[in-house]
Amino acid sequence: MKHVVTLNQANLVESAKKGGCGKCQASCQSACKTSCTVANQKCEKEEK
Amino acid sequence: MNLNENFNKSIHKYQLGGLNLVLDVNSGGVHVLDSMTYDLLDFVQPPFSETCPDEILHAMQTKNPEYAKSDIQECYQEIRELHAKKILFSEDEYEKFAKFATSSPVKAMCLHISHDCNLRCQYCFASTGDFGTGRKLMSVETGKKAIDFLLEKSADRQQLELDFFGGEPLMNFDAVKEVVLYARSREKETGKHFRFTITTNGMLLNDENTDFINREMSNVVLSIDGRKEIHDRMRPTPNGKGSYDVILPKFKKLVDQRDKNLDYYVRGTFTKYNLDFSDDVFSLYDAGFDQISVEPVVSDSKYPYALTEADLPAVSAEYEKLAQRLLAQDRAGKHFNFFHFMIDLNAGPCAIKRLKGCGCGNEYVAISPEGDIYPCHQFVGMENFKMGNLDEGTFNLEMKETFAQSHIYNKYKCRDCWARFYCSGGCNANNYQYQGDILEAHTLSCELEKKRLECAIMIQAVKLLENRADTDTDLKSYKHC
Repeated sequence: MKHVVTLNQANLVESAKKGGCGKCQASCQSACKTSCTVANQKCEKEEK
Repeated sequence: MNLNENFNKSIHKYQLGGLNLVLDVNSGGVHVLDSMTYDLLDFVQPPFSETCPDEILHAMQTKNPEYAKSDIQECYQEIRELHAKKILFSEDEYEKFAKFATSSPVKAMCLHISHDCNLRCQYCFASTGDFGTGRKLMSVETGKKAIDFLLEKSADRQQLELDFFGGEPLMNFDAVKEVVLYARSREKETGKHFRFTITTNGMLLNDENTDFINREMSNVVLSIDGRKEIHDRMRPTPNGKGSYDVILPKFKKLVDQRDKNLDYYVRGTFTKYNLDFSDDVFSLYDAGFDQISVEPVVSDSKYPYALTEADLPAVSAEYEKLAQRLLAQDRAGKHFNFFHFMIDLNAGPCAIKRLKGCGCGNEYVAISPEGDIYPCHQFVGMENFKMGNLDEGTFNLEMKETFAQSHIYNKYKCRDCWARFYCSGGCNANNYQYQGDILEAHTLSCELEKKRLECAIMIQAVKLLENRADTDTDLKSYKHC
């Protein structure tokens, strides 16, 4: 493309199909405790 | 031109850091555009025709007479292609997954091992340590019951998380040790594994507990606000002295001795008193830390240190400044992590996790020293959110289900918000305390979160473009200024 650079794989739809295992960390357990941020958590599913 | 509002809400376009950026909300796609394509997004949306309609060409040339029709056609075709690939103007297909937002196993716990504190932090949401319920330490017996509760309620979850919290947990360090040893003793028979975290103000750190924390805790959160004068103003001892000089060497020693594969964060709070908080972030880096979280105070607007909507322009500008300073830091080869700018555009949590958010009251609970169960640490002491008690063997499953249903599709402000798959509906406790309903997003927190996300995405975009620009000089045209 000449006018647009796409930066990522944009895989949210795929992640929904294989997601929901619940193995990931509860987001408030990391560092925040006051301001919810979920998207910086890691997926911990062994096989995706 | 009549544009469908729903499609407009499926993208978020903004300019930051010299870039034209667009986030495709539902796919997570992030694109950097040249100025013409960026402008064109104001006039187009699906369905796309084979060529750009005359009225759009006309509108674009009215906006900028220098835009050539042939160039606009090119931009139109690229937008059309991105739409066909479902990475621009893609539709929200996730509501069907909201059915997974049901009552789940409890996998994480905040254990309030101490409702007493040896500091008197002005902004403390725990009322300087006791959550308004009287200074008290948790007994070892209650701590063990909490472990039993977590093991029982975690069903098939193998990885369990437990955060020692307070007040100041090190004021009850013997109980911390006993509870950890008890949990470890039950890992083998139950086939589960505990990940421990502790949040401490550092005042009581010594060789013994530092060694224990570094051995047993997968993460440690060290509370320090940044510059000495900022920290000491808000985090005094009970007799009014500063705590910075006491804790800094202890924190440095703990981090120096810690296995580099284990997590830690120095974690500060900024308030109206230090709207120049990027200096506090860098002060922590200069002090020798590389995992840093500095977060906005959440408090009632009646307090002089409270952040209010009037502070948003200054805080937003400071986040932008911090983002630029972090980029400069990276270019100089001196990278460090700022927690709220961490984002992995290619991975991160699955969409289903993003619907459900933090899981408080459902996958995550807090236990008070008395053994009372609450949805999370921020609800502790609110009688109307007491979910049960360990001694009484009670656990309010109806309230658990209510929290399970607090996903983004049940939060009316969130359904159409471009940031919904990143904050997941925000903090339910903040929503309740400041908006009166766990399902009504806290406006100020939302605005801060959105600015942080814009900065985080911009940082990733700049880094990727700078890496690619080594081999592709055309990318310089993506700068809008």
